[in-house]
Amino acid sequence: MDGTALLQQLINGISVGSIYALIALGYTMVYGIIRLINFAHGDIYMLGAYVGFYCTTVFHMSFIPALLVAMVISGLAGMVIERVAYKPLRNGPRMAVLITAIGVSLFLEYAGILVVSPQTRTFPEVFPTTLYTLGGVIISSQQILILLVSLVLMVLLTYIVQRTKIGKAMRAVAFDTDAARLMGINVDMVISSTFGIGSALAGAAGVLVGVYYNSIEPLMGIMPGLKAFVAAVLGGIGIIPGAVLGGFIMGIVEALVSGFISSTYRDAAAFTILIIILLFKPAGLLGKNVREKV
Amino acid sequence: MKERTKRDIIFVGISVLLYAVIEALILYRVIPPYFERGIVTVCINVILAASLNLINGITGQFSIGHAGFMAVGGYVSAILTVKLGMSFSVAIIAGAAAAGVLGVLIGLPTLRLNGDYLAIATLGLGEIIRIVILNISYVGGAAGLNGVPKDTNFTWVFGMMIFTLLFIRNLVESSHGRACIAIRENEIAAEAMGINTTRYKVLAFTIGATFAGVAGALFVHYTYVASPSSFTFMKSIDILTMVVLGGLGSMTGSVVGAVVLTLLTFFLADYPQIRGVIYSLLLIVLMLYRPQGLFGNKEFSLKMLSRLTGGGRRDVA
Repeated sequence: MDGTALLQQLINGISVGSIYALIALGYTMVYGIIRLINFAHGDIYMLGAYVGFYCTTVFHMSFIPALLVAMVISGLAGMVIERVAYKPLRNGPRMAVLITAIGVSLFLEYAGILVVSPQTRTFPEVFPTTLYTLGGVIISSQQILILLVSLVLMVLLTYIVQRTKIGKAMRAVAFDTDAARLMGINVDMVISSTFGIGSALAGAAGVLVGVYYNSIEPLMGIMPGLKAFVAAVLGGIGIIPGAVLGGFIMGIVEALVSGFISSTYRDAAAFTILIIILLFKPAGLLGKNVREKV
Repeated sequence: MKERTKRDIIFVGISVLLYAVIEALILYRVIPPYFERGIVTVCINVILAASLNLINGITGQFSIGHAGFMAVGGYVSAILTVKLGMSFSVAIIAGAAAAGVLGVLIGLPTLRLNGDYLAIATLGLGEIIRIVILNISYVGGAAGLNGVPKDTNFTWVFGMMIFTLLFIRNLVESSHGRACIAIRENEIAAEAMGINTTRYKVLAFTIGATFAGVAGALFVHYTYVASPSSFTFMKSIDILTMVVLGGLGSMTGSVVGAVVLTLLTFFLADYPQIRGVIYSLLLIVLMLYRPQGLFGNKEFSLKMLSRLTGGGRRDVA
């Protein structure tokens, strides 16, 4: 393997990694606050891609408005799902919520197939593709766009979580739900907005992926959803910087595997990372080990 | 002890009777071959649901990678019959053994994880198994292993189904099974009572995997082909839905769940999307309104029936 090829794969990996990071953020926020693996999260990402698709093709919007509409609709969808499917089970058995999440995920997939038909659609080219060559390495304008938009969103999220009132409330609920409720925080509202923000990020990731790969289909959310979850676990689930770190590592490892071994093993790489991290450092790269108490 | 033996004998007796009736109906073409296919699928799914119930319902470990073990059992048995020309019974045993060995190898490290993490790890392993098979050209890669002899018939699946149910039911009522239930109820308390929790979790996981291997072998020898696309994450979810519908921890529940959902799939075969929507809504509504499934963790029995009809003595609450 020569240096240029390695650098090229790194660049491809970082662009895909920023998508994983955006999805992983939603997983990690939701898990941090109600300890639920929201299996439907990957399908929200699919929803975002389709909203972006219809915005640009039917309503002829340009990229930024389409992205914003997709984020708003995905966010609302996330809040509705939380309200309808997860909230009634908040004090129920853990397995029941997990199964519900799987059910919601399947529902979005099959309802998606029924509504928009299973065929793959071509995402319109909202940005003219320009290829820049830097010392033998090719960077496309889409890759720059993806990275740029992801970074902006991540900075925005950090601002919300660290500096605003709702962000403070989110951190309080994640730390201790009961104490937060006693302090007068409206826990239901906080959980709902966590779902909203996380889902909006996934919706944005969906639009970005549409722009990057030019094709979308109703089952596109399954694999990226699972991989983003692995990314969240890799970084330490519940930890926001961990999700970003995990997402980028995941993207880069995948790009290296498909570039230098075989693209058919790309998906196996993600799950192998998952097994290894679960066995040796289940708390994740940035997490601390917590002992189970009676 | 004696009562249990008596019950087993009655169970086998009823099963033999049921077998004779259905087999006669098949032989005399009262049941058309199209429906025979449905009946065979029901039996295979009962084996899968019962074996997953041992892991998820009885022992309380959340595995969603059952299709992976099914794939291993299916492929190993198909290699034996297609490539090595061995007999079907040897192939079933080898497929089951291979899935069981894999169950130990996977179970030992992963069962240290709990709840959500175990779920996602088993999901990942199920996918890894499928991807690895997809990349082995010896077994045909993505196209699958073709030309598998059609050795599976109603007699085989029904016999294996009865064997599976008897085996798991008796296991659950043994001290091993009680230990598994204790782990489900409270793992830390079970450990404090001196139960070697890792050992019993791996035991349940291995036995579940073994029977999934049996089901895989039967399945592959019924459909002429072992194909990676039969053993996706969706298959694992199908099996999980059967177990959840019947009730986690109820063997009779698993049987009912498998029968109901297989027939649903069978009659909606032309509308796979609608089937998917019904499956998913069923999961959601069930969890919201009856998270314990149809039977909870109880077994269906005549006593239960008489209580429902109001004939039995009412318990004072």
